[in-house]
Amino acid sequence: MRDARGNIRRLPGIRLWLSGGWLTFLVLAAIFAPLISPHDPLAQDLFAGRLPPFFEQGADPAYLLGTDSLGRDVLSRMLYGARLALIVALVAGTLTCLIGASLGLIAGYYRGWVDLVISRFIDIWMAFPPVLFAILLIAVLGTGLMSVIIAIVVIDWTRFARVVRAEAMGQGAMDYVASAQVAGRTRFGTALTEILPNVLPTIVALLTLEMGIAVIVEAILSFVNLSISTDQPTWGGMIAEGRTSIYQAWWVLVFPLFALFLTVLSFSQLGEGLKDHFDPVLR
Amino acid sequence: MSETIYELKDLRVSFPDMSRKPLLGAAPRIDVLKGLTFDIPRGEVLGIVGGSGSGKSTLGRALTRLIEPDSGAILFEGTDITHLHEDRLRPLRRRFQMIFQDPMSSLNPRRRVGGIIAGPLRLQGLDNIKCRVDEALDMVGLPRHFATRYPHELSGGQRQRVGIARAIALKPDFILADEIVSGLDVSSQAQVLNLLESLVKDLGLTLAFISHDLSVIRRLCTRILVLYKGEIVENSETAELFANPKAEYTRTLLDAIPLPDPEQAWF
Repeated sequence: MRDARGNIRRLPGIRLWLSGGWLTFLVLAAIFAPLISPHDPLAQDLFAGRLPPFFEQGADPAYLLGTDSLGRDVLSRMLYGARLALIVALVAGTLTCLIGASLGLIAGYYRGWVDLVISRFIDIWMAFPPVLFAILLIAVLGTGLMSVIIAIVVIDWTRFARVVRAEAMGQGAMDYVASAQVAGRTRFGTALTEILPNVLPTIVALLTLEMGIAVIVEAILSFVNLSISTDQPTWGGMIAEGRTSIYQAWWVLVFPLFALFLTVLSFSQLGEGLKDHFDPVLR
Repeated sequence: MSETIYELKDLRVSFPDMSRKPLLGAAPRIDVLKGLTFDIPRGEVLGIVGGSGSGKSTLGRALTRLIEPDSGAILFEGTDITHLHEDRLRPLRRRFQMIFQDPMSSLNPRRRVGGIIAGPLRLQGLDNIKCRVDEALDMVGLPRHFATRYPHELSGGQRQRVGIARAIALKPDFILADEIVSGLDVSSQAQVLNLLESLVKDLGLTLAFISHDLSVIRRLCTRILVLYKGEIVENSETAELFANPKAEYTRTLLDAIPLPDPEQAWF
C-alpha cells in the first residue's frame, strides 16, 4: 500500500500483533510451566534417549518435541528455559535501561563537567571486550541468576547512555527547552517533563532491543557453562548440549534455537511496533 | 508601576570561542554585546534590527535572562535582574515572556497545544487554567478545539499563533518577539503581524520585536534600535529613522528594502 506521498505505508498493527502474540504466549508458558510441562525437565530416562519429535518416524507421542541424549523431554526443558530467559530479559533489560538512560539524560542535558566525566567513563567502559568482560565478571561473582543479570547490566548500560545522551543533547538545543526556562521551570523539571518525553520513544525501542540482547547474552553464557547451575534448563545450555549430538538428534539444538530466534526478533519488533503505534509525531 | 519597563546600562555579553581554544587553558572570548545602554518605556513597541551576528538575538536572550550577562546591568521595573539567581527570578518570569523564531522547535512536539499553553500557567501556580487556555486561543484567533491537537498537525502560521498564545496567557507586562515571522510565508507573516499589532493595542503590551527586516518593523514599532556588531548605531523614532537615518549602517539597511515596483517596464 502507498500513501499520498507515494511512500509505502507501514503496517504497524501486524508487527505489534505478531511480536506481542509470541511474547504473550511465552510469558504464559513460562508462568504455567509446572502445570503444562508433560514431564519433569530434569527427569532422565536413558531408555528413551534421542527420541525424535512427533512428525518423524519412531517418535513417542509422550515426548512431543523428542528427548535429548539423556532422555530428558525437550519441550518441558524449553518451557522451563523460557522462565529463565524472560526473567533475565525483563530484570536485566529494565535495570540496564534505568541506569544507562539516567546517566545519558544527565550527561546530554546538563553538559559541562558532568558530561565530561560520564562520557569518558563510557569510552573507557566500551574499550573492554564485552563477552570476555562478562566471563571475567561471572568468574569473580560466581555463577547464578544474579551474576548473569549483574553482568548484563554492567556491560550494556553504555548502550543506553550513549544513545540517550546524543538524543538529549539534540533535544536540549531546541527552543521549547528555552521556552520552559522562560516560563520558570527548573533545570531538573525541564529534563523530566520536556526532554524525557521526547527521548522516551528511543528509550523504549532500545529497551526492547536490550531485552533481546539479554536473552542472547544469557544463552551465550549458558553455552560456555557460565550461567546458571547446570541443573536448571536454559535455552543456551540446551543448545550447547545439542551441539555435541547434532548429527544424531538435531531437534535438541534446533527447537531451543528457534525459540531464542523468535523471542529476540519479537522483542526488537515490539519496540518498533510500539514506537509506530504510540508516538504522536510518527502516527 | 514604574514607567520604564527595562533599563539597560552598559550591558556586555561574551561567549567562549571554542574553535580557538588552546589545548590547555580557557578559550578566548568573543564580545557579542559591547556595552549597550538604553531604556524601554512602558507601552513602547521597540524594534531591534541588525544583520546576522549583530547580537540582536543575544540581546533578546539577555533581556529574558536565558543567558547571564558578563557585566553591566539589566533593571526590570526597577529590579536588578542582571545576575539574579534562577530561584529568585522565577516569580518575575511571568511578567516577561518570549515568542521564539522557529515555532516548530519552540513547541514540544509530544505535547498537545492545550498542554503547551497550560504549562507556564501551572508553573506560575495560576488557577482556572482551562479558562485561561481558551481565552488565549480566542485572543490569537485559533478555535478552542485546537487545544487537543499536536504541533505537527498545524500549519506554520497556526504554530506561531500557539507560541503567541503561550506568551500572552500569562498576561505579561513585556513580550520579546525574536524574528517571529521570518520562518513564515508572506500571507501568514501579514496575519501574524496584524494579530500582534491588535494584541499590543488591546492588552497594552510593551513589546520588543527583533527582526532583520526594516519593512516588517516599520509597520509595528514606535522606536527602532539598530545594532551593528554588538553596538547601538542608531536609536530613533520610526518616522525619524526612515526620513533621516543618522548612521551609515542604517542607510545600508534601508537600501536593502525591496521596492514594490522597481521598474515600470519590467516585461
